[in-house]
Amino acid sequence: MSEPQADVTVVKSPVYLKYRFTAGSAPARFLGRLKEGVLTGQRCPRCSNVYIPARGSCPACGVPTEKEVVLSDKGTVQSFTIVSIPIPGNPIEPPYIVANIVPDGANISFIHLLSECVNEEVHIGQRVQALWKPAAEWGYSMDNIRYFRPLDEPDVAVDRIGKLPVTGLES
Amino acid sequence: MREIAVVAYSQSPCVADAGATNEVELIMPQLQAVYSQLGLASAQDVDFVCSGSCDYLQGAAFAFVAGVDALGAVPPIKESHVEMDAAWALYEAILKIRMGHADSALIYGFGKSSPGELPIVLSQRLDPYYLAPLWLDTVSLAALQARLLLEQGLLTEHDMAAVVARSRHNALANPLAQLAGEFSVEELLAEEHFVAPLRRADCSPVSDGAAAMVIATVEQARAWGAPYARITGIDHRIENHNPCLRDLTDSVSTRQAAAAAGVHRGPVDVAEVYAPFSHQEILLSRALELAPETLVNPGGGVLAGNLMMASGLARVGEVFRRIINGEAGRGVAHATSGPCLQHNLVAVLEGA
Amino acid sequence: MAELAAVVGIGQTRYKTRRTDVSIAGLLREAVDRALADADVTFDDIDAVIIGKAPDMFEGVVMPESYLADALGAMGKPMLRVHTAGSVGGSTAIVAASHVQSGTFKRVLTVTFEKQSESNAMWALSTPQPFSVHLNAGAGGYFAPIIREYIRRSGAPGDIGIKVAVKDRRHGARNPLAHLQLPDITEQEVRDSMMLWDPLRFLEACPSSDGACAMVIAAEDSITGSKPPAWIRGVAMRSEPTMYAGREEVNPQAGRDCAADVYAQAGITNPRKDLDCAEIYVPFSWYEPMWLENLGFAPEGEGWKLTQEGATSLDAGGDIPWNCSGGVLCSNPIGASGMIRFAEAARQVRGDAGAHQVEGARLAMGHAYGGGAQFFAMWIVGADKG
Repeated sequence: MSEPQADVTVVKSPVYLKYRFTAGSAPARFLGRLKEGVLTGQRCPRCSNVYIPARGSCPACGVPTEKEVVLSDKGTVQSFTIVSIPIPGNPIEPPYIVANIVPDGANISFIHLLSECVNEEVHIGQRVQALWKPAAEWGYSMDNIRYFRPLDEPDVAVDRIGKLPVTGLES
Repeated sequence: MREIAVVAYSQSPCVADAGATNEVELIMPQLQAVYSQLGLASAQDVDFVCSGSCDYLQGAAFAFVAGVDALGAVPPIKESHVEMDAAWALYEAILKIRMGHADSALIYGFGKSSPGELPIVLSQRLDPYYLAPLWLDTVSLAALQARLLLEQGLLTEHDMAAVVARSRHNALANPLAQLAGEFSVEELLAEEHFVAPLRRADCSPVSDGAAAMVIATVEQARAWGAPYARITGIDHRIENHNPCLRDLTDSVSTRQAAAAAGVHRGPVDVAEVYAPFSHQEILLSRALELAPETLVNPGGGVLAGNLMMASGLARVGEVFRRIINGEAGRGVAHATSGPCLQHNLVAVLEGA
Repeated sequence: MAELAAVVGIGQTRYKTRRTDVSIAGLLREAVDRALADADVTFDDIDAVIIGKAPDMFEGVVMPESYLADALGAMGKPMLRVHTAGSVGGSTAIVAASHVQSGTFKRVLTVTFEKQSESNAMWALSTPQPFSVHLNAGAGGYFAPIIREYIRRSGAPGDIGIKVAVKDRRHGARNPLAHLQLPDITEQEVRDSMMLWDPLRFLEACPSSDGACAMVIAAEDSITGSKPPAWIRGVAMRSEPTMYAGREEVNPQAGRDCAADVYAQAGITNPRKDLDCAEIYVPFSWYEPMWLENLGFAPEGEGWKLTQEGATSLDAGGDIPWNCSGGVLCSNPIGASGMIRFAEAARQVRGDAGAHQVEGARLAMGHAYGGGAQFFAMWIVGADKG
């Protein structure tokens, strides 16, 4: 007779599944321009709002979006958080700022890093601009932008965030 | 109980690889197609929306959330989702209409299986402690079932090849099919076994695509003025997922669902049977007790193209099309889910 | 037109970080067996089984209902699997109710679960997708900027979130099933806890739990059990896209519309006055004042005042106690969290909520939300048929 064994409470059964991801037709066009250092959005034919990154539809109207428009790499902070918790799979060391940034010419924000700033001074309505990696490192990824950094421009009033033209405050 | 009818249906072509197309781009053309059949502008014009999909097909959590971007859900809509074939989304929508919380509903299913290896992905649907670690893929499980049927003399490889030959032939007239052609039984039997006793042609292909449907109360269907087919019965039943714990040579749950849906209350002109493997079409035709004169899978069935998560809904849609085209007066649609026909849904459709 | 239906049985597991003593099926059976016993029925009395959970990747099992059908006594019955993101616990209860309210079935079993310890939910939510920047900062990273905007807009004092964190943990100490048991928690402790996603601190966020919640729902002519039924007086669901131009993220329209719908069904005109208590999905402390406004318990910009004056606290004798069970801030088995809210609302109107019972509760609300605060599910249950 063998010794009585402790109850088995955990068995490890790793799951390995391989996927060949595709971005989608509209995102593929977006990523193609991103590789050239250009941010683009898509304009909804019904409500005229500009979406970035485009997914091929206007989520509000439910109609296909086909028309690309070039956006600025300047934008406005819609909101932000200072992340102090390490996230599995995320290579960035906390604390860091994740901000919802609306690029000029778009009507919706995307999430990106905000750096070269005093964390305590970051605020809603702040003007920021992309810091791009060297062109030689550009790929099909938002990582082409290393992060956004504050811009020496006046703040945007809260009710104007997400409504600036591609020319930004100058217009 | 309120009388409910199918009023619009559309399905994408079955393709092996939809390439760069994302969920929204897969769904949207089918939604636009059903809207245009009824003169609707968007999902705002129906009372309820329900979809079916599976995250693991594309390998991304919350795949269905992206689908909402195709709906025009501003202002917000009444919407739900099942992690099942969209045939079960249809079932949920029917309950919603029966309880009077909706008069109409949009149902859609989408699947993009090409990014992964579908039979392997679905192996992780088995008991996670005992069976999943064995990586038992769905084709191997179906082969075990086919072996049982052959060894017990319930069918022959010739019978299976005949199912394939008929599917390929029927698919010639189906512009949405992925596999079609004229093949003799002898030609098919001359092919090598793939996972014995199954040959490649005995297995449905893996397809990318989507399907959409609109259902409504008969009153609403009449108000829209579109041709419709009444859903006079629908039921579904599940069995044990473990293939060792049930009789794989029969489908008890299909029999139960068929009886509850009232399949046998009248003649069946056409039956669309969700049989991903050739032997399962024979098994299911028996479980549904279909008469010899019933047309089975006249468009080729899923052996000609299998949109995981939408094929079940597509079976209902195919019967609807035959009825409103005047090719059939009464038809049966069947959907399945799970290893070796674990879970089966049966719907009966009749002309207006 | 809908048939009358009621909750006649409720069963929950003890919520815990890791339930290594049971399998997934074992975890579900713990809740299911308790719900069946509570309703005084067996599997033979159940017509259909409706199951819900959040993404399959949380446990690493594809469509786990396939394997669970056996353990849930579903053989030969209809079984439906719902998945509507974080609101799934609520929408599963609503879909289950529709099986009875449609007149199709007499008595159904519904169950939701999450066994996060079997995989890694944070990982499943943050799997690096190609083409996207590695910014995924977990759910808190998504919601913290929205909370910041709420604070800016409402001018709420910075300690409101801290007050909610303390209140719900003190409530949870009355509930022996609650995961976090922190009866002596103080505002200072919350204030001193690590800032995770500024302005959210560690103790202002929900834990990650294993657990399951089950209910038996029956038609008016099929009521069983010795406890009073909780009559379902209204059910509603709403969805909107995650992102669209001009979307109101702080006070989502889908939540407002859903609440208006469910109140109309239950004849509620003033939720703070008409309801006796509510179980609302608050995974991050600040969502209490935000939802107080979204759900019409307070005018816009003033939800925080109810929190501040103790209106939502059972301990302070508030007039509209929220999350007497301790809420999501005490226990968060994601897929089940919504159903726990629905079930706890039912427990209150059955007078069966033990030490966290609101005296004389007759009408209560259950609430769940998910995705980017874009999917909503709500119900109203009452001691009376209405």
